[in-house]
Amino acid sequence: MMPNRILICGGTGCISSHSRPVMDRLEKELQQANLDQEYQIIFTGCQGFCEQGPIIIVEKDSTFYCRVDPDQVPAIVQDHLKAGRPVEELLYTNPDTGITARTRDEVVFFQKQKRLVLHNCGLIDPENIDEYIARGGYKALEKALAADPLQIIEMIKKSGLRGRGGGGFPAGIKWETARNAAGKHKYVVCNADEGDPGAFMDRSIMEGDPHAVLEGMLIAGFAIGAQEGYIYIRAEYPLAVRRLLAAIRQAEEKGFIGDKILGSGFGFRIRVKQGAGAFVCGEETALIESIQGNRGMPRPRPPFPAIKGVWDMPTNVNNVETLANIPVILGMGAGEYAKIGTQQSKGTKIFALTGKINNTGLAEVPMGITLREIIYDIGGGIKDGKKFKAVQIGGPSGGCIPAEHLDVAIDYDSLISLGAMMGSGGLVVMDEETCMVDVARFFLTFTRTESCGKCTPCREGTKRLLEILERIVEGKGEKRDLETLERLGRNIIDSSLCGLGQSAPNPILSTLRYFRSEYELHIEQKVCPAGVCKALKHYRVIPEKCKACGLCKQECPVGAITGEKKAPHVIDPAKCAKCGECVKKCPFEAIVHG
Amino acid sequence: MDPKVAALIDKYRGYEGGLVPLLQEAQDLKGYLPREVLEQIAGGMHTSLAKVYGVATFYSQFHLKPRGKNIIRVCQGTACHVRGGTEIMARFEKELGVGSGETTPDLNFTLESVACIGACGLAPVITVNDDTHGRLTPDKIPGILEQYQERGGKQ
Ligand SMILES: Cc1cc2nc3c(=O)[nH]c(=O)nc-3n(C[C@H](O)[C@H](O)[C@H](O)COP(=O)(O)O)c2cc1C
Ligand code: FES
Repeated sequence: MMPNRILICGGTGCISSHSRPVMDRLEKELQQANLDQEYQIIFTGCQGFCEQGPIIIVEKDSTFYCRVDPDQVPAIVQDHLKAGRPVEELLYTNPDTGITARTRDEVVFFQKQKRLVLHNCGLIDPENIDEYIARGGYKALEKALAADPLQIIEMIKKSGLRGRGGGGFPAGIKWETARNAAGKHKYVVCNADEGDPGAFMDRSIMEGDPHAVLEGMLIAGFAIGAQEGYIYIRAEYPLAVRRLLAAIRQAEEKGFIGDKILGSGFGFRIRVKQGAGAFVCGEETALIESIQGNRGMPRPRPPFPAIKGVWDMPTNVNNVETLANIPVILGMGAGEYAKIGTQQSKGTKIFALTGKINNTGLAEVPMGITLREIIYDIGGGIKDGKKFKAVQIGGPSGGCIPAEHLDVAIDYDSLISLGAMMGSGGLVVMDEETCMVDVARFFLTFTRTESCGKCTPCREGTKRLLEILERIVEGKGEKRDLETLERLGRNIIDSSLCGLGQSAPNPILSTLRYFRSEYELHIEQKVCPAGVCKALKHYRVIPEKCKACGLCKQECPVGAITGEKKAPHVIDPAKCAKCGECVKKCPFEAIVHG
Repeated sequence: MDPKVAALIDKYRGYEGGLVPLLQEAQDLKGYLPREVLEQIAGGMHTSLAKVYGVATFYSQFHLKPRGKNIIRVCQGTACHVRGGTEIMARFEKELGVGSGETTPDLNFTLESVACIGACGLAPVITVNDDTHGRLTPDKIPGILEQYQERGGKQ
């Protein structure tokens, strides 16, 4: 008899919510209950519902457990596996409706998703190639090898697949260029640098379904006529590196990677290269420099990598998610695939939901869905009942989108017209307590640090932009600053060498576009309406509410609060360090800031 | 001349693009990249010290100064920032008495910031060595430090 499977999420999110101790405990409890022959534990990749981790799925009746603690494992074994009564308190209850879901499909977070690329993630053991094969894995490669490379390229063109790494360039056209380019050797590079803070879809694909990425690379290699592939992965992802290396080894043993793959004349090798911590290395020409062992600095394009890439040979660079789409397209057919999405953006996109949102995690949705559906239906709305303010999309090159545009159908082009961009698909949700000037400053701090320094507009320009923003949040902003930000920002966009500089001003321009009044308040009235910018905070006691209990006086680390018994206390603004400890201590909510 | 570094140089000499992985492995060996090692690598790889130094200083992962037994990386990525990453960093600085990028005098802890470790769902997040800790509040920090303090002490 095939043992029943129990799936435990082993994605990075769930591992940091301690899914390993849960697994160890389950192993022990199954043994003690003499059920270890009957049940098999599978440590899977990310389920996407990171907020509710660690997650367990009992496959025989699809029961979906969340936030499992090791001490709750005996109940699963005794009540559920032995007595057939699922453990109610571990099921997911929708906080809005109060409805409890028993299976994954009943959880709202999953209902609006269309999991094509993630179809294996969370349901297979990523370290076991047989599970990938059992679910149709490497069938697409087989199909490809039986066809003509030009047919494959036609198919990818027809599918309408655009690059998921940010730019959205049509994958089929890039492949065609690389195929037609002259070169003794050709390369496929998988861009797994995933540098946008707030994005972790590539990581989850590699950790949860590494063979899908390999299969995509193999098909790309066959189509363009390459012999070798590199996966360039950031060093911050040790688990993904381990699983990829294991997957490559297993694929070699099975004859999917090597010489004469599946008896054809096609041979292909895949090597993993670890990055060393530089955001700009996600840019394709910088990435190629880094693979070659140099400082990862971009160079002008053209020539594009498809013509002149690794060791000056034609090189097709694609993002992890783009490549993981390839087996899906070959599996369902380009025509079917092209039915999903919008006119200009086909298929699905995986978004990483983070920030002040209830259901943080990963969601794969068809292109053309609205932000409202993602944030409110899938994401469960804003944390702690706060008010939505903006969603930041596209990382350091992207922009902030305010509430009035939540109903726009999102695809590559609509986002650009809103002043944001798809980027890698990170969605950071911000509420009323987020200061938009601070957000812009945050991104500029990032791009300033990560600017490689090769071209002047980016190196010097981001520095100047940041200086101005820092002045503004410190209450030293001047009226003409806003105009300078806009002018300088446009100049940097027009004159920088690579995409980093060409998009670095976006976070400023988009917040200026939608939240200009917030900048003006910082500058003209020296007020931060969100109460974030420390220098603009003024703490004061509301005399009517103060009961003179003295707690704030005791708590203040700098002795800024004075007051006698029975008399309202006072804060000396000259001494106040604006740490906010007094607000937390006051039992009467008598201290406010603004 | 360190024989272990020499063995690494032999491994990567004929390998195109080998400088970055070579530096990575040399650093794993030594904990950091002292000048002698950079010089040895430049000599062994038949390249200039300037080139090796240039690569080593370009990537944030390489360190030219000794580092602590435990490496704390506090995420300052977007998701962590909007969920209070700054306060987490401030508390670490206060508890350890060093700033970001510095090592405690007893060489027990190095404090660093990192831009996103890809566990944004659990923001704010830190890693200590290879462990990830998520859903943090400043008050959880002394407890976390204690865990590693003990481990450091036993070794
Ligand atoms: C500063 C910068 C950082 C980038 N970082 C990444 C990245 O982390 N991952 C990625 O796939 N593409 C990144 N890109 C885009 C790549 O240059 C390239 O367009 C992409 O890998 C092509 O693959 P695709 O067509 O499949 O999207 C970045 C671009 C720039 C300008
Ligand atoms: S932003 Fe902190 S883990 Fe991604």
